[in-house]
Amino acid sequence: MANAYQLKRADFVFRNENDYEKILSKTLKRDKQDIINELISSELKGRGGAGFPTGLKWKLTSESKSEEKYVICNADEGEPGTFKDREILSKVPYKVLTAMAVCGHVIGAKKGFIYLRGEYKFLQKELNKAIEEFKYFCNEIKLDFDIEIFMGSGAYICGEETALMESMEGKRGEPRNKPPFPTTDGYMGKPTVINNVETLAHTFTIFKYGAKKFYDLGVQYSRGTKLFSVSGDTPKPGIYELELGMSLQDFVYEFGDGDTKAVQVGGASGFLVPRKKFKDAAIGFKGKLTGISLPTGGSMMLFNSSRSMFNVLDNYLEFFREESCGQCTPCRVGCQQLLLGIKAVKRGDKPASYLEKLMRLTETMQYTAKCGLGQSVANSFSSIVGNFREEMIY
Amino acid sequence: MPNKVNLSINGFSIEVSKDTTILDAAKELGITIPTLCYHKDLCVAGNCRVCVVEVAGQKRLSAACATPCEEGMEILTNSLKVRNSRKHIIELLLSEHNADCTKCYRNGNCELQELASEYKIMTQDFLELVPHKNYTIDAYSPSIIKDDSKCIRCQRCVRTCAELQGVNALTCSHKGDEMKITTFYEKHMREVVCTNCGQCINHCPTGALVEKNYIEQVWEAIADPKKHVVVQTAPAVRVGLGEELGLEPGTRLTGKMVAALKRLGFDSVLDTDFTADLTIIEEGTELLTRLKKALVDKDETVSLPMATSCSPGWIKYIEHMYPEYLDNLSTCKSPQQMFGALAKTYYAKARNLEPENIVSVSIMPCTAKKFEAYRPEMHDSGYRDVNYVLTTRELAILIKQAGLDFDRLDEMKYDRLMGESTGAGVIFGATGGVMEAALRTAYEIVTGREVPFKNLNITPVRGMEGVKEASIKIENPVEDWAFLDGVELKCAIAHGLVNAKVVMDKIKQGEADYHFIEFMACPGGCLGGGGQPIPTNPEIRQKRMEAIYAEDGDMPIRKSHDNPEVQKLYKDFLKEPLGEVSHHLLHTKYTKRERF
Repeated sequence: MANAYQLKRADFVFRNENDYEKILSKTLKRDKQDIINELISSELKGRGGAGFPTGLKWKLTSESKSEEKYVICNADEGEPGTFKDREILSKVPYKVLTAMAVCGHVIGAKKGFIYLRGEYKFLQKELNKAIEEFKYFCNEIKLDFDIEIFMGSGAYICGEETALMESMEGKRGEPRNKPPFPTTDGYMGKPTVINNVETLAHTFTIFKYGAKKFYDLGVQYSRGTKLFSVSGDTPKPGIYELELGMSLQDFVYEFGDGDTKAVQVGGASGFLVPRKKFKDAAIGFKGKLTGISLPTGGSMMLFNSSRSMFNVLDNYLEFFREESCGQCTPCRVGCQQLLLGIKAVKRGDKPASYLEKLMRLTETMQYTAKCGLGQSVANSFSSIVGNFREEMIY
Repeated sequence: MPNKVNLSINGFSIEVSKDTTILDAAKELGITIPTLCYHKDLCVAGNCRVCVVEVAGQKRLSAACATPCEEGMEILTNSLKVRNSRKHIIELLLSEHNADCTKCYRNGNCELQELASEYKIMTQDFLELVPHKNYTIDAYSPSIIKDDSKCIRCQRCVRTCAELQGVNALTCSHKGDEMKITTFYEKHMREVVCTNCGQCINHCPTGALVEKNYIEQVWEAIADPKKHVVVQTAPAVRVGLGEELGLEPGTRLTGKMVAALKRLGFDSVLDTDFTADLTIIEEGTELLTRLKKALVDKDETVSLPMATSCSPGWIKYIEHMYPEYLDNLSTCKSPQQMFGALAKTYYAKARNLEPENIVSVSIMPCTAKKFEAYRPEMHDSGYRDVNYVLTTRELAILIKQAGLDFDRLDEMKYDRLMGESTGAGVIFGATGGVMEAALRTAYEIVTGREVPFKNLNITPVRGMEGVKEASIKIENPVEDWAFLDGVELKCAIAHGLVNAKVVMDKIKQGEADYHFIEFMACPGGCLGGGGQPIPTNPEIRQKRMEAIYAEDGDMPIRKSHDNPEVQKLYKDFLKEPLGEVSHHLLHTKYTKRERF
């Protein structure tokens, strides 16, 4: 078992994509149910951070009855500290396009969109070229599937799938109530599969090598590989493909600068893990792993002892205060209270015990916010204040 | 039964149909779950999160208003977790809210205040956020005051403006802590497409949107011995006022309201229903004249269908949205403005008063009437025709301030000269009412017979359906109107501006062949007006409507042209419908406006 925790590099996502035409033609010939079953057996989970089983998502959408359906590739990569999707779209765009076309075939959609983050406008030209070429090939093999880029406008919240759809429909980017879910009521109220860029790239791997190859990587409940965007106090920042299930200890051995104080896993909406918990923290989805399991969209920020955790938290909260869509009370007002609260404690305007009141507020935010963002904005607060309380006060 | 699901709420089992929300299921069991952003008139937003409940097996709480019941759910609406979270949310809302309740117009009728009181939020533990915000107050509109410091961002006003009215004057802008409800380019309310209908006020849970009140000005006028203060009351006020005074919706208070107004010190208590009857004569004649021009003279410049012009919200709407159709509007002023113009001419003369000493006050279920009274063209008497417009809510404030025990008032009758009215006048307060009143009169003018409906109740034009259509065939007309023989008069009725849009678009696309259309800006007509008591919801509107038709049924005279005071007005003053005096005092022009 111990082996499962070790850091294992892998190279699937960025491996060449020259054979995409072959993979697409081959996969399209397969039975749709068969493709879904393969995805389900691979146990691939969404790589945007929420970790919903991809095969199940496709299955549910394929079962929704509608003349019109859509495939959306979520390329609104906005989580602070993640930059992997950008690389996928510039290095191996055909993998993503292929996966979208297969998904369209499986669920019965003729139209796909790539929701591209506003700040990634520089990718648009090259990506459009790839789309043109891809469509040409689709035409050749008589596949009726169109792909279009939809440019985001820079709101973090539009990475949330239903806010993204609202934004595409020309409305204000605000998350919807769930249920109903996109599998039945997505873009334009039609059944929609919305997958993260990386998730789609992984399905290409599965179509190419089979589910078993993917399943054999990683650990129980966290199968396959994942791209990590490594940044912060590290001698080697960059994007790395690693098998899921590693311990944070191993990760820090590899990427730390020898003085790592804490790692923020999952970006600003993720959790901060202090040094003393590295050993017990595993990167992956919740399962039977011992210790803490941390799902992540791939952002790994390392902090060494020169960093003030107060400043780190202050920075995250500033971000959320501005990037909350503002519609629901716990997220809109909660973020303001957390931010102003730690400042007030630091200044001495509020007693240190006020932090406990704010900790209870983070629970309320987690329980009651309308969307996944609102439910997770307080994670950084609870984990940073929980572990570095004294830094907040003194 | 596949469409039914079984669940339990606080341990009590219940079976409901599949799409029922947890909120509604709980209500069926007699359990109230608090709400703020929820309103029966509007789509579900689920953004305030006050209604969260615990569903067994789920870590997160669910918004009861937005979550459909599922088979086997076990719901707790008052667990410790729910209570703590709910309290937190109320505290958060209060921290962002200017909670200076004693200085708030909605003090005592505020949903947030009520919740804070229910949950006994006695301290403000969280930081006060109000000083960090650049809140502004927009008080430039003659109808509506918008105070952002009181706003809780529930977006009820935004949904109201979009879903009920299709106007979209209010919208959300910015995000995060700066998210707010604002207008196009953050202009003042008076500069945008706002129709002043006041539905946003009626749907606002707090004091963020309130009417501009003229209470003090009216008290001052009453106290001034040199002034003769006349007051007119709109049809819908008499069936709404009771709610503000703690009575059941739909309570008819005509007589007591008149008595109260006299006690308040108004010199003369008169009825807008009187000018409603007058409107019917003028507008009916105008319609028949237009029909004659179109059918006999083959005059192609005549604009048909003719649209009613009583609702100032609708007038401002068409001025902004369909300015190319202004000729289709009846040129008749609204009953309020007809009354105003006559009060300072006909009434002044008859009572031997100087018009400049007359202060004309109107009690309206409406905030758009405040704007209407301020229109520059409404000076045909040589003075401002109507000085102050109060809403039903403001009247209730006057009554409370005066310390009147409403229960103990004896019913009184309106004063004479412009106080006499008919059942046709009172139904102006309900959607379809103007149409019904007009048909009662026009049909009789044309055929010499009463409308062929039992008890004069033209039921096809009644009811809450958004757009209603009706037609009435004219047979054997009297000689003057012989050209109408066999003509099927086609009518439509729309209430709520979103329905007005449906009808207008149909006309625009050439798909409608109506002759006459009644438009009312507010859902249900004036009885659901933006100046009516808060709350207003579908059930309450229904009750007010029943009261309006009951008023009509009990009136000795039911047809406008039989109103003896109206007949006398024509004999002594106006001479004839659409005559020169009428033209000067009772008719108006409209203004083309931009959309932004």
